[in-house]
Amino acid sequence: MNSHSGTIDVIVSDIESITPLIKVFTLQRSDGRPLPGFSGGSHVLVLIPSRGKIFRNPYSLMSSPFDTSSYQIGVRRAEQGRGGSIAMHDEVQVGTRLKITQPVNNFPLNKLALKHIFIAGGVGITPVIAQAKDLQVGQIPYEIHYTALSPDHGAMQHYLDAGPLVKTTLYFNSINRLINFRQILAQQPLGSHVYICGPASMIVDVIAVARELGWSESHIHWEEFTEQHSGAAFDVRLSRSNLTVNVPPELSLLEALEGSGVEVPYLCRGGACGHCETTVLELDGELIHNDIWLSEHQKSSKQKIMPCVSRANCTRLVLDL
Amino acid sequence: MSVSIQFKPAETFRGDYTFRNSSAALARFPFPFFEDNYDYSMNLEPHVPSGDGIYSANFDVDEHYIGECRERALALEKDHDKHYIALPYIMQAQWDLLELIMQSYVADYPQYFSLDIQGNQWTWSNRLLDICDIFTFGDVATLPYEPLEYITRQAQGDWVIVDDRDDTLIWSAGMATERADYSVRFNVGMTWSEWHGPVPRITEMGVLDRALKFLKRMRVGHPVRRLNWTFTVNPRFETSAESLAEWAPDRTAVTAQNVGKKVFLRVEHQPLHRLPRSNAIVFPVRTYFASLEELVTVPKWGRRLHRVLRDLNPAHKDYKGFALYYDIMVAWLAQYDDGLPTTPGSGPK
Repeated sequence: MNSHSGTIDVIVSDIESITPLIKVFTLQRSDGRPLPGFSGGSHVLVLIPSRGKIFRNPYSLMSSPFDTSSYQIGVRRAEQGRGGSIAMHDEVQVGTRLKITQPVNNFPLNKLALKHIFIAGGVGITPVIAQAKDLQVGQIPYEIHYTALSPDHGAMQHYLDAGPLVKTTLYFNSINRLINFRQILAQQPLGSHVYICGPASMIVDVIAVARELGWSESHIHWEEFTEQHSGAAFDVRLSRSNLTVNVPPELSLLEALEGSGVEVPYLCRGGACGHCETTVLELDGELIHNDIWLSEHQKSSKQKIMPCVSRANCTRLVLDL
Repeated sequence: MSVSIQFKPAETFRGDYTFRNSSAALARFPFPFFEDNYDYSMNLEPHVPSGDGIYSANFDVDEHYIGECRERALALEKDHDKHYIALPYIMQAQWDLLELIMQSYVADYPQYFSLDIQGNQWTWSNRLLDICDIFTFGDVATLPYEPLEYITRQAQGDWVIVDDRDDTLIWSAGMATERADYSVRFNVGMTWSEWHGPVPRITEMGVLDRALKFLKRMRVGHPVRRLNWTFTVNPRFETSAESLAEWAPDRTAVTAQNVGKKVFLRVEHQPLHRLPRSNAIVFPVRTYFASLEELVTVPKWGRRLHRVLRDLNPAHKDYKGFALYYDIMVAWLAQYDDGLPTTPGSGPK
């Protein structure tokens, strides 16, 4: 049995404070081999152990897709966050070993675009840095509009390359050099695509302006990090096997069951095929459904769970296994 | 996997059709029926190399490799542009795939393939086809063909590249000399739901939407695989929509006397991979043939094939194109079904 949810062991080889809030971490494979190739806009999940929990935070890769000897990620310290970024800032050091997932791209460049327009706010510049490296070797013109609180906070600009294809404009609130989405989007040629990465309010504003100006939906792109519900450990009681299994944060429910010798039929391990559908007999708490198999009605009825991707936040869970 | 494959360099997939399976090849045939009945399902599973069968390698090479590559060359010589197409924006994915196939073959079959990388200078050697080329990775002018055509002339199976764009997948390039009754030129540019449009029942079953969502989530380094199947008269790879007039009449030549020899179960093993730099997805379609006569030498397969076909939803036989000789097959297979129960799983035992 191979769980196939494999992660990559990396070691932190460098940490640099670039802005008052952002540190850039350089990651290399622990075994010294090259990391997987990726495309600009990709992110990895970093598994951050901290005080008995494991956070799974998504971070965009900002290093060159053409150099797989290391990855770089930019981590903004989020004081109000769940704690993953603070652990990255305060606990992770050069030499720390971490696990990351394989890269995945939910923010890809459109290969048919005649021009690319990037609008990035704060740490939202990170995927754009890698996308710009992809574009540097092509022939398609692109614009980068990067806004930050102040020149200090905008120091990630130093990762952006100049070149004949790119026009980069910087905006800083502190010196009243303000970004104007309407001005940027109103003057673009047909075939332009806009990519937005930054605070949620900025994404909403840019999308609204683009729609007002008649941009086609298919030409508006933004990065959406889906919440990672790796969450807390929980216990599950198996009625037929007469077993109690603990599901730690780093394992899926299915993996924890398999680890206890309980065989559950499975196929895709991605919440899509339906093979591992399991009946919930008792529940004190909430199921966290992450699958695309169960209908919304089934999910809200709390009687079924897909253990390959879904979890529970509960004090008691009994499954018909 | 076997380190000593007995290749059959002279076998043919047209004309005199000398293709046969050795007993070793039949033992590893990917019989696609896991139970005594069949319907569509989301039959995607992680493609984790394991065992010593067709799943032992990332991309399987078997005793038919040399003959199959020659068959591809013949098909391309005759109708190149009907079998090969690549939209301009897919070039990066072509290089991704060239790298993936070369690295996979070298890792799984070092006795036949080798690759030496010095910066951008790549030296590729394929001892089965007696090829050794030095080229500059990323520079099309240093290869005799585009990267997709170059590497798939040396690879078993068809290869389709789809772009991940606009909330769907777009059919963007293909080397397809082994296709089961479709047209590359007709499909190119189609979205996921468009090219699956003709498949019966799957939209209503919700399979299509779920599979699309699943594939859009697919990660580099986590390939998935599925099986598909149909029947073909004669072990003929090239059953394209364009050459229908050449092969479709064979379907009327099936009789109760020759059905065991003439009708082949055609199984497609599809190990899908996310391509790293282009973010495209490759759909390899690796075809395995076994005649009914070969299949019934395994008693479990004979029993099960009869039951699956006898009880098949009629929509499948029309879509898959074997309605004409369906009754003859079922009647012939009945003699190998003694009514005994079959064991779970698709393996021969």
